[in-house]
Amino acid sequence: MTATIPDPCAPVFDRLEQLLPRVQKPVQYVGGEVNAQVSEWGSADVRWALMYPDAYEVGLPNQGLQILYEVLNEQDGTLAERTYAVWPDLAALMRENGVPQFTLESHRPVAAFDVLGVSFSTELGYTNMLEALDLAGIPLHSVDRTEAHPVVVAGGHAAFNPEPISDFVDIAVAGDGETVVLAISEAVRAWKNGGRPGGRDGLLLSLAALDHVYVPRFYDVEYLPDGRIRRVVPSRPDVPWRVAKSTLTDLDAWPYPRTPLVPIAETVHERASVEIFRGCTRGCRFCQAGMITRPVRERSITGIGEMVQAAVAATGFEEVGLLSLSSADHSEIGEVAKGLADRYEGSNTSLSLPSTRVDAFNVDLANELSRNGRRSGLTFAPEGGSERIRAVINKMVTEEDLVRTVTTAYAAGWRQVKLYFMCGLPTETDEDVLQIARLAREVIRVGREVSGSRDIRCTVSIGGFVPKPHTPFQWAAQLGHEETDARLALLRDEIRADRQFGKAIGVRYHDGKPGIVEGLLSRGDRRVGRVIEQAWRDGARFDGWSEHFSFDRWMTAAERGLEGTGVDVAWFTTRERQHDEVLPWDHIDSGLDKEWLWQDWQDALDEVEVDDCRWTPCFDCGVCDQMGTAIEVGPTGRVLIPLEPISPAPLLATQA
Amino acid sequence: MARSPGREIVPPVQKLRMRYAKRGRMRFASHRDCARSFERALRRVGVPMAFSAGFHPHPKISYANAVPTGTSSEAEYLEIGVLQECDPQALQAALNATLPDGMEIMDVVVTRTSDLATRLEAGEWRLELPGIEPDVARAAAQAFLAVDEVEVQRMTKGGLRRFDARGPVVELAECSGEGDPEGCAILRLVVRHGTPSVRPDDVLAALAAVADLAPPIPPRITRLAQGPLDENARTVQDPLLPDRDEPTVGA
Repeated sequence: MTATIPDPCAPVFDRLEQLLPRVQKPVQYVGGEVNAQVSEWGSADVRWALMYPDAYEVGLPNQGLQILYEVLNEQDGTLAERTYAVWPDLAALMRENGVPQFTLESHRPVAAFDVLGVSFSTELGYTNMLEALDLAGIPLHSVDRTEAHPVVVAGGHAAFNPEPISDFVDIAVAGDGETVVLAISEAVRAWKNGGRPGGRDGLLLSLAALDHVYVPRFYDVEYLPDGRIRRVVPSRPDVPWRVAKSTLTDLDAWPYPRTPLVPIAETVHERASVEIFRGCTRGCRFCQAGMITRPVRERSITGIGEMVQAAVAATGFEEVGLLSLSSADHSEIGEVAKGLADRYEGSNTSLSLPSTRVDAFNVDLANELSRNGRRSGLTFAPEGGSERIRAVINKMVTEEDLVRTVTTAYAAGWRQVKLYFMCGLPTETDEDVLQIARLAREVIRVGREVSGSRDIRCTVSIGGFVPKPHTPFQWAAQLGHEETDARLALLRDEIRADRQFGKAIGVRYHDGKPGIVEGLLSRGDRRVGRVIEQAWRDGARFDGWSEHFSFDRWMTAAERGLEGTGVDVAWFTTRERQHDEVLPWDHIDSGLDKEWLWQDWQDALDEVEVDDCRWTPCFDCGVCDQMGTAIEVGPTGRVLIPLEPISPAPLLATQA
Repeated sequence: MARSPGREIVPPVQKLRMRYAKRGRMRFASHRDCARSFERALRRVGVPMAFSAGFHPHPKISYANAVPTGTSSEAEYLEIGVLQECDPQALQAALNATLPDGMEIMDVVVTRTSDLATRLEAGEWRLELPGIEPDVARAAAQAFLAVDEVEVQRMTKGGLRRFDARGPVVELAECSGEGDPEGCAILRLVVRHGTPSVRPDDVLAALAAVADLAPPIPPRITRLAQGPLDENARTVQDPLLPDRDEPTVGA
């Protein structure tokens, strides 16, 4: 009898199944969702495992992953499956029983795929990637991988500073992924079919030759004696000095996802989403998403109508969300909202606009979309408590705007208003934060007046500000966690002490510690990689979940990981950078001109506001020139054609 | 403006009862997971559902006696109310074409009687015990049946409860036969529903207590049937029979 070598590509479901009765929420690991795409393994010569590095319930609704999943699966010869972070209960059993990280479609080992694509919306997913690599049996470090291992690709917003994870990923892609994943597939296919010329380095070199693909291994970082970066240089003549982000144009030509996934397990967003535009030029200085996704590219009103219809038919979801960074800013949003509300009137299909723009028009939209449904809560994001700090962050909302907006909302029957703010913004004082209390009181006062009811509420939700790369605040000092906590305590006490309005105001906030770790990972350089690895070795997982996050574990890991470098956590977080400092992400080209960003940072300090280039002349942020792109906005003047209601005729009993 | 515009509530013109199966990977789905999957299938198919009144209208669906998460079933029951008369077979085919793999509508009848829930008197189960020899399981079952009472405990919504797992058991027999995998006992269990309802895992706990039966691999449990109990035959009858007995409309 000869010993059989187990097939490393064989599905592991049979072994996994034995473990599932022993874990929480096992259904999240079984796949089988409506609209999941299960392709024959042998039908493809390029195979992607797409990972969202958080729990299934968070990762499944992610639009970026669902878009790439469809785009890849549509290609002949390419297949894409999904994998998510497994919770520690299952991870422990998998290690004990030799079950590797698996995908949800065929339940094959992730190591059997050609490419592992990881989408990072937030830096707090880094340790989950290390955990997945380890469970997959893939070496943690790019240099230790052979040509038998998948190419590990990082994408998503956090990939605009891939330096902290540059030891662990083989390549990083900045910007829109739709066309880049296709180019990567072609390069991998050519390399495989050509007999793998040059081995793994040969593949990485051919990937480095693609637009928008950054291969950290081919760059050297030199440091100054004081710990700052001297320069980042290509280590080979055939890789570019800077790698530019990718920008998708003509969204109507990319109506993805066409058939959104319908989870069996409960997830954080139980709805279909339709992206109505990409990019934002409001110019909020804290907002990395707005800065790195320029310019604005709208989907047309008819394109939106078709996608909403297709999504409802393909999923059966009761709710469709119209997604973007600021949905009320779509040039035809009024017509879109009214058209869709007309179309779905009486159908028990509801529409939502997760927009936070502070103006009365936004309330009109919300009224339209909630025509048939509940009017429970409306959310606005003034972001800063005082007029002064709102000028600093370029959030052009006056107190008058806010009061007028909430008055309209309460008068229209809305009972709860939620206001988003940030704490720890550059130049912020205690007074700026205490202004949040004053605003909330004013909101309740006018709300009681116009609604004639005391049964209204205002919830104030406060997030700690974390300076991000490729924003005007990339040079700013982050506020320390003790100072953040002290400021939030002052605000909480101020609201609690208010006898007249305090009980109608809810305050929600988190302590400042996770923000410091996020800040370290956001603006870190390659030296932070050792901290991430140490933290993971010490047990860090699911760092976005307060019940799994440990600040002390991270600080201990940072001490060990940064030993001998002369820099520490404070150096990366609470230190203000100077004009001439080389930033770790300078060689990733977001299109934004660094001088423009610096000028905008100076304008912030001078409390000077900058308008939106959609309706004022260009401010030369550099993106359109650098990337050869242009703003793509309507109005198109087209209208939504009402649909015939779905006919249940085939189901009906024939009348005898 | 009003908080919620008044809606005209239209009562259903027809109710339909369904038996559905939950198999394979879908056994890991909770009852709520199955309910969401079913409701979305109804919407994809365009079933003219009736809705409840109130602030947040829900489609008229009632579920009976859901099987625990992790357990397969060939006999789950639900009832829907619709605004236009539907053809049961067309409905069944349309739903089965769109439900997730592992959920299957096995039977649809037009509701003609009122007391489905009370007819679900007892349940019949199949317990596969990989790693347990049939003789061992047979002896354990005999030991269990030989006593009048076996107290077990289970965590319920109301806290830890202790109750008798023996009383409601009508039948417990080893039934593996030719063609079944080696070294895997299969128990057939018939148990009368009650409060708290005795479930297969309670019977397994009882078998551990009376006969030290300890499956090395998680058992695979399937609910085979629910319905009126035939005390003499110790079998479970079809609960939809009274609905089926009525003459068909237009026939």
